[in-house]
Amino acid sequence: MNKHAIEVKGLRKRFGSQIVLDGIDLAVETGTIFALLGPNGAGKTTLINILSTLVAPDEGTATVAGRDVVKERDEVKRAISLTGQFAAVDEALTAEENLNMIARLSGFNSREARARTAGLLKRFDLTASAKKRVKTYSGGMRRRIDLAISLVAERPVLFLDEPTTGLDTLSRRALWEIILDLKKQGITIFLTTQYLEEADQLADRIAVIAGGRVVANGTAGELKARVGGEVLELIGGDDGVLRTVPTDGSIQDVRRTLSELALLYPQDTRVSIRKPSLDDVFVALTTTAGSKEVSAR
Amino acid sequence: MRTTDYSALQPASLAATNAVFIGRSIRLSLRNVEALIMAIVLPVMLMLLFTYVFGGALDPGGDYVNYVVPGIILLCAGYGSASTAVDVATDMTNGIIDRFRTMPIRSLGVVIGHVAASLFRNLVATGVVIGVALLLGFRPSASFLEWLGALGLIALFILVLTWLYAAIGLVAGTPAAASGYGFILLFLPYLSSAFVPTNTMPGWLQGVADHQPITPVIEAIRGLLTDGPVGSNGWLAVGWCAIILLIAFVWSSWAFRRKAGRR
Repeated sequence: MNKHAIEVKGLRKRFGSQIVLDGIDLAVETGTIFALLGPNGAGKTTLINILSTLVAPDEGTATVAGRDVVKERDEVKRAISLTGQFAAVDEALTAEENLNMIARLSGFNSREARARTAGLLKRFDLTASAKKRVKTYSGGMRRRIDLAISLVAERPVLFLDEPTTGLDTLSRRALWEIILDLKKQGITIFLTTQYLEEADQLADRIAVIAGGRVVANGTAGELKARVGGEVLELIGGDDGVLRTVPTDGSIQDVRRTLSELALLYPQDTRVSIRKPSLDDVFVALTTTAGSKEVSAR
Repeated sequence: MRTTDYSALQPASLAATNAVFIGRSIRLSLRNVEALIMAIVLPVMLMLLFTYVFGGALDPGGDYVNYVVPGIILLCAGYGSASTAVDVATDMTNGIIDRFRTMPIRSLGVVIGHVAASLFRNLVATGVVIGVALLLGFRPSASFLEWLGALGLIALFILVLTWLYAAIGLVAGTPAAASGYGFILLFLPYLSSAFVPTNTMPGWLQGVADHQPITPVIEAIRGLLTDGPVGSNGWLAVGWCAIILLIAFVWSSWAFRRKAGRR
């Protein structure tokens, strides 16, 4: 088995004059969950599309399960399963029909396909709605059937493009449980998300991308450490956060930062000091020009 | 809770893949109740309209039904297969196509499924047209072999038109656009000998009508079903169909691959 389920080197992609990926390098260890974090338009979906053989890169190489995504597309396809950003389900069919269709396409005979379908419906708690058309499903159920379909053939590498976007908290947590469970089975999971909490909860490693480049790469702890020791939060009269400023946690830096801020904000502004969250990392890494001085502090 | 290891599973064969997609499209057709009703009601309405409303004026002798049946069949085939463009475009703009494309199967089967379902739907509609026509006084004189020839030609024509619509569905950006572009093809039967003999048209239009592919198809079907001569129209019709089918198929395959690189 390969040490790295996914390896990406110098990947570039442009659409017309727009540079979407501008030299991406990363590696995902087999059997781990990797989160690609970034704002809308950062190139997350394009990267997933390249890794899942849907789009060819302009430059650079990528391998999935040891196979090249351009030269060995068919071999890669046998190793992966994709759950796209928009539910990849046939809405006019029932959950059962969807699962059965994918099972047949994956090479199961009709008896095996029925058994596999029944098993997945049960595992994803969809047995009661199995004969209803997916069109009538709620967002959470739709995501569940989508994920269930991705697991029909049990591929070793699973791509999830924003798996919980648009879900309520409860459905999101239920889906997280399922994803963590898949990791226990040894499946390598590559997911994209805009939610820091999601990356924090699920991922063994996180890469932050912005403007087509990886701006940070590491464990959640490592990324938080990059922002510094303590974060100052300025709180206004209406209890809203006016501004967050990272410091290195030393008495000097906190005092210097505070005296600078004292000149800019009303005297009744309150201050709280807390540990950095992944949010702070994200803001520090993905915002451009204007806030560069903040991350440089 | 890993139960079975499926990693050695061989993906479905080409035949099995196409069978699954054809089954899917037929199921979708049967589930699209509005379209299905339309596919059955439209031939009946057109048949009644042309026989009783226009028929008297076009042929006061009351024999128009015998003239117009091939035209109605092709007109219905046009309407019926136009929905293929929308079906294909809908699939191409949905997430499901990405799932099929990332599976180790030949995903053009999605389009083949829609084409096969259209052929099936339109042959049913053709049956309805012929049934209604017989009730309205259509008296075909065809032998068994002539019937076979006529039905074969109708099936070929539906296939050609459906592949054209599939290509339109693949190049159109949205289902609504696919529906719009597809509309153009629906006018072709009117500019042929489907409803009136071409010699009643002004000279310039007659040139167009005589040399467009639908006219030999109509004439060949009419000749086979009723007493008229088929002449060279049979080979002309098959030739036209074969050429357009080839173009439509190549166009579709090209558009399908090109779309893959875009998304």
